[in-house]
Amino acid sequence: MKRLFLQLVMIGFLVVSAKAQETVYPAPAQKETVYIVNATIHVGNGQVIENGTVKISNGKIAAVGAGNNAGSDGKVVDAKGQHVYPGLILPSSQLGLVEVPPVRATVDSRELGDINPSIRSIVAYNTDSKVINTLKSNGILLANVYPDGGIIPGSSTVVQLDAWNWEDAAYAMDNGIHYNMPSLLTRRGGGRGFGFGAAQPAGDPIKRALDDIEESKVFFREAKAYAAEATHAATNLKFEAVKGLFTKKQKLYIHCNIVKEILVAVDFVKEFGFDVVIVGGSDSWLVTDVLKQYNISVILGQMHDLPNMVDDDIDQPFKTPSLLQKAGVLYAIGDEDGNTRSRNLAFNAGTAVAYGLTKEEALTAITLNAAKILGIADKTGSIEVGKDANIVISVGDILDMKSSVITAAFIQGRAVDLTDKHKQLKARYEHKYGIN
Amino acid sequence: MRKIKFFSAAALAMLMALVGRAQTTFQVNGVADQRDGVYAFINATVVKDAQTTIPNATLVIKDGKIVAVGAGVAVPKDAVIVDCKDKFIYPSFIDIYTDYGMPAIQRAAGFNFFGPTQLNSNQKGAFGWNQAIRSDVDASKIFVVDDSKAKSLRDLGFGTVLSHQKDGIARGTGVVATLANKKENMVIVKDKASSHYSLNKGSSSQSYPSSMMGSISLLRQSYIDAAWYKNNPSSEGVNLTMKAWNEQQNLPQIFEANDKWNDLRADRIGDEFGVQYIIKAGTNEYQRISEVAATKASYILPLNFPAPMDVDDPQEVRFVGLDDLKHWELAPTNPAAFEKAGLNFCLTTSDLANLGDFGANLRKAIEYGLSETKAMEALTKNPATILGVYDKVGSLDAGKLANFIITSGSIFSEKTVILQNWVQGEKYGVKEEAWYDAKGTYKLTTRAAGASKSYSMELKDGGTASFIEKDTLNGKYSFDGKQVKLSFTEGRGPNAKETTLSGVSNGNEWNGTGRDASGVNFTWTASMEKPFVAKADSARPKQPVQVGKVTYPFLAFGNEELPKQETVLFKNATVWTNEKEGVLKETDVLVKNGKIVQIGKNLSDPTAKVIDATGKHLTAGVIDEHSHIAAASINEGGQSVTSEVRIGDNIAPDDINIYRQLSGGVTTSHILHGSANTIGGQTQLIKLRWGANDEELKFKGADPFIKFALGENVKRSSATQGNTRFPDTRMGVEEVLADAFQRATDYQNALKKLADEASKVKKGQTAVSPYSVVRRDLELEALVEIMNKKRFITCHSYVQSEITAMMRVAERFGFRVNTFTHILEGYKVADKMKEHGVAASTFSDWWAYKMEVQDAIPANATIMQKVGLVVAINSDDAEMARRLNQESAKSIKYAGMSEEDALKMCTLNPAKMLHIDDKVGSVKVGKDADLVLWSDNPLSIYAKALKTMVDGIIYFDRDKDAEMRKAVAAEKARLIQKLQAAKRGAGANGGGGGNFQRPRPRYEVMFVCGDHYHKHGLLTIDSDNLEVLENSQY
Repeated sequence: MKRLFLQLVMIGFLVVSAKAQETVYPAPAQKETVYIVNATIHVGNGQVIENGTVKISNGKIAAVGAGNNAGSDGKVVDAKGQHVYPGLILPSSQLGLVEVPPVRATVDSRELGDINPSIRSIVAYNTDSKVINTLKSNGILLANVYPDGGIIPGSSTVVQLDAWNWEDAAYAMDNGIHYNMPSLLTRRGGGRGFGFGAAQPAGDPIKRALDDIEESKVFFREAKAYAAEATHAATNLKFEAVKGLFTKKQKLYIHCNIVKEILVAVDFVKEFGFDVVIVGGSDSWLVTDVLKQYNISVILGQMHDLPNMVDDDIDQPFKTPSLLQKAGVLYAIGDEDGNTRSRNLAFNAGTAVAYGLTKEEALTAITLNAAKILGIADKTGSIEVGKDANIVISVGDILDMKSSVITAAFIQGRAVDLTDKHKQLKARYEHKYGIN
Repeated sequence: MRKIKFFSAAALAMLMALVGRAQTTFQVNGVADQRDGVYAFINATVVKDAQTTIPNATLVIKDGKIVAVGAGVAVPKDAVIVDCKDKFIYPSFIDIYTDYGMPAIQRAAGFNFFGPTQLNSNQKGAFGWNQAIRSDVDASKIFVVDDSKAKSLRDLGFGTVLSHQKDGIARGTGVVATLANKKENMVIVKDKASSHYSLNKGSSSQSYPSSMMGSISLLRQSYIDAAWYKNNPSSEGVNLTMKAWNEQQNLPQIFEANDKWNDLRADRIGDEFGVQYIIKAGTNEYQRISEVAATKASYILPLNFPAPMDVDDPQEVRFVGLDDLKHWELAPTNPAAFEKAGLNFCLTTSDLANLGDFGANLRKAIEYGLSETKAMEALTKNPATILGVYDKVGSLDAGKLANFIITSGSIFSEKTVILQNWVQGEKYGVKEEAWYDAKGTYKLTTRAAGASKSYSMELKDGGTASFIEKDTLNGKYSFDGKQVKLSFTEGRGPNAKETTLSGVSNGNEWNGTGRDASGVNFTWTASMEKPFVAKADSARPKQPVQVGKVTYPFLAFGNEELPKQETVLFKNATVWTNEKEGVLKETDVLVKNGKIVQIGKNLSDPTAKVIDATGKHLTAGVIDEHSHIAAASINEGGQSVTSEVRIGDNIAPDDINIYRQLSGGVTTSHILHGSANTIGGQTQLIKLRWGANDEELKFKGADPFIKFALGENVKRSSATQGNTRFPDTRMGVEEVLADAFQRATDYQNALKKLADEASKVKKGQTAVSPYSVVRRDLELEALVEIMNKKRFITCHSYVQSEITAMMRVAERFGFRVNTFTHILEGYKVADKMKEHGVAASTFSDWWAYKMEVQDAIPANATIMQKVGLVVAINSDDAEMARRLNQESAKSIKYAGMSEEDALKMCTLNPAKMLHIDDKVGSVKVGKDADLVLWSDNPLSIYAKALKTMVDGIIYFDRDKDAEMRKAVAAEKARLIQKLQAAKRGAGANGGGGGNFQRPRPRYEVMFVCGDHYHKHGLLTIDSDNLEVLENSQY
């Protein structure tokens, strides 16, 4: 019975200065069974087990329960006084596609063209992005990476954040098609005073947006017809790419915010029978009935945001999750505030607790709900037997920055290295000044 | 054919222009046609001026001027007599704010953060340095009569205008001209009548100024430069712009402000340079009428009241602002508010999208409280007096120009029409067909082949007529003032027989020819026997106008009454003192007269309002060292050195973020200039006194600061079309600093030398005024203050090289940098910073949003603190500012900082670096009662500010907030109902829905210090993306 806990702490805090980021290695596959004992286990489905044990073997959660049930067949991690959570899931992100937003050469998120369903984010996902480890060390173990640009920018893939390359990283490959709803929000008059370089084209922008939407529906109609026939003289890659939508192997992630846009999104359920997820959804709280009726789930884009309107309740973004929760809408809390700030995902959920959620509901919103929405709840999202051992250990409440210090994390049972660039630079200058 | 037609039209126009007195020096092509133009208008109700109405009076004009006016005035023999029975005659109106006859202006785009730079003026010639200072423009020299535009103004009752070119910050002189269709020489009443200014650089394509505060600074420096130029400095040569500036200072100085806050800004510039501007206002001054009244300026008021919004789509209405709705309701009260405040004002057609709305909007202003007398004065005497032309226009007095209108009734009555507008003694028809009211009872006689028939004919409203001989026959009529058409029908159905008549009118006698159903022609005459008498007005008496109340600020969550200072006793709180006492449990804090007066156990005060703080936490208010809220502009990016600009010149209190940040416990914010250039502008410290005006927001008695910036933003790394503004590297940034302080040193020395010489002047001799020799330079003045430790630098900075370089420049010039803000690589040179004595204000965990923050780490604050620096966590962001307590708490997580130290990073430490820790920053007896009561440990994600107090006044209270949400919703619902009723009303009257506009989403402009890629809701516009900075917008 080795005491792995100390070793994990060492990986996290002491050994850092000896390694550059380039020697932070992805962990190898789990060989030895691990028991996490004496922990407060937050299952992710609302359940909390005090002083419990999690058994991890072959990368899976083999057992979860109250009491110290460590066997003699593996390592024991004593997490006394600590909290065990399912790995957090960042449900919507451009992690690994964008390194430094204003430096064009580091941006691989937007392709040219309006309808690009065959574009795949995963092929540009850079596992060596310096940002990834800073998220992982805050407990985010999975991320859904999507491309941007145009109306149908392509497919997203869920990645796990401890990988040598994108093929290793892929956790649920190409499992979503993304759709950028053209804005149905009237813009401030006449282009003057509100330009992004180019002048606004003439005519009603809403009408233009609706025309663009209709054009995209034509694409889906033709794709559906195409899918009905098995053989084609000319293979259409774009149609091929969306086949999964019609069989519900893929979901359609519609990025939009206001009610009118959400109502248009409903069309995709009604006409095509797609599984639709609203991403952004800052006004989703106004139409929870509609969302429920059509089984549309929501990924809230950014909690730490200002209200949409000057007149809105000043804390509207903070309380939107609790409104969705009460209405019974399936939702996840995201953080699309740039890749680097996504590491605040847990604190976004924490804010939602201050404005109406219970802590366990908030946790579910960044774990199990996210897994359900991303279609990976059979594999992850909670600490339940049979699921991948994607697990995070925190000294205190993970939702509160004053206590959220991550001491260990497991992805598919692999004890991952929580070193990141920031810990290394911290150590380097603590060394310089002789402080710690 | 076409050619000939054109020629005759041109000849006619020429002839028109020559009727009356021809201009002596001009050649006449044809036979001279000199006329005296003597007219006598008799039997009129003459309104001589707003105070004097003479019934049954006569007005005599000759040669374009008024000869006599009054009751019983003799009619000259050579006068053409015009009978004005039942008519009113008024002096025609004067519009003091037009660009009538001015050439069109080519508008240029404003400052674009990412766009190219134009550092010098494009104006060729011996003019000044800045393209927006256009004092050399003389409107009289570019004025061209434009009869189609003149007609549109004449049709509204105007006879005289002041015209100037509405372009630029200084706009040159204006010309007073009549709206007669004559040669320019004859219509100009005064060629240099006024001098004009604004805060909008208009067509100038020069980069500077690119902001509100830059415009203000440019004006201030221009006053100084022009005064200096009077001494003919050889270093300036001939500067026609300044020469013209100086020549026009004795004229009425008119400032286009267009907004309540801009009015105050303009007035302050005037106060500084001894000028009382006449201020061209907007329509929102009623929102701050007491401040506006305090300027004691004369005002020019436009009547462009907002059109009602179409509110039939709830999804669109979702994005309509309460303030926009309230403004729709209250804007028509603006003129009345000026009257009530006792201010002198004029009215103008300026800013109306549709000139035709003038009459209706004027009546609306009257309906909303403006008196008819004041309205009349505002359109006649007041503008004439301001422009010094009341001896020529503005009333109907002998000797003045014969500029008057003849109306069918009282001018402000809805049913009244303007019949004729006489300008300089010449008649311009407006609605002449209405001169005669054709309605009434006539005797109609038809004669055909000796037989004559007589009818009693009654012409009624809506073109219907009845003809009574034996039976009553129904018919129709039409009348255009001269020609008349009549018809009546005998019998019904297929056998109906129609008789048609047409003719001309000669007063009340008509005659013409007709044709009956059988084709027999006849002649006819008709004479009026009895005019039509309108039935007593059965319309409902007008309901007095009911409107909502003004709130402070004029925004959702504004208060009708500002919250008051109270004596407050917080009982049983966990008090985070930030002092050596640390965190005190179960402790009471007593607040009185805005100060913390007692801290301890079991305190009591019978006068105090007691707040049970059991289980709650009390801390000092959050202080944000780096904020960009509540300002009309933030970045003056036009040049690399703009130390002359001042955020304090453009504080904008109507910012919802003040309230939102109070809800996050913020009580003091340091409003910084942006980071577009190396030496930015002077900063402004404010307290978040929600509802206070711009001056009241300012933190009194605080040391002045200035913003500097280094790195990517100032070398314009993000410029989309390349950078042409020095510097382009960090090497150049350092040299911009060195150069600026070298120039400031030389400047200081030159002034000192002159002062020394002046002190040695013997008795009887006069000393040379230093500023007559050395140009007073607002830019260098601010830098001299820095070198003399009277102004302090907060410097936007990221990487260690630039941090060190900045410190070394400061040391070279004998001062210290006060604060490095952002300072994300501060941890790398914390020891050097410590040695220099600089404080650090940083982000908790932001990084990698651009190249220079690649090495930013969340342990930065803690490392710098451990090395011994005073460290703060700032926001630079309207959203993050309301979570600064939690941002500070991240140092606990990432680097093990203690909770107390973490809290100090957003309270006491920023107070220290802002030199205000003697007043705020901790819970200590004697300090300002800027306090926050939190629901939880203030460093927890679960903590909410329950009450936020500034100066002992509770500006945010979570319980009251819940009430205000309801009030906002209710007020919005009321206004929407009112709009819906207005629309129903318009529809019912067949008004075609009226002038309803599509709902306009209520966008907010957000300022940040360069781009952080931090999102702010749906309806915000990043200021850096604004193509045009429209002064009146924010």
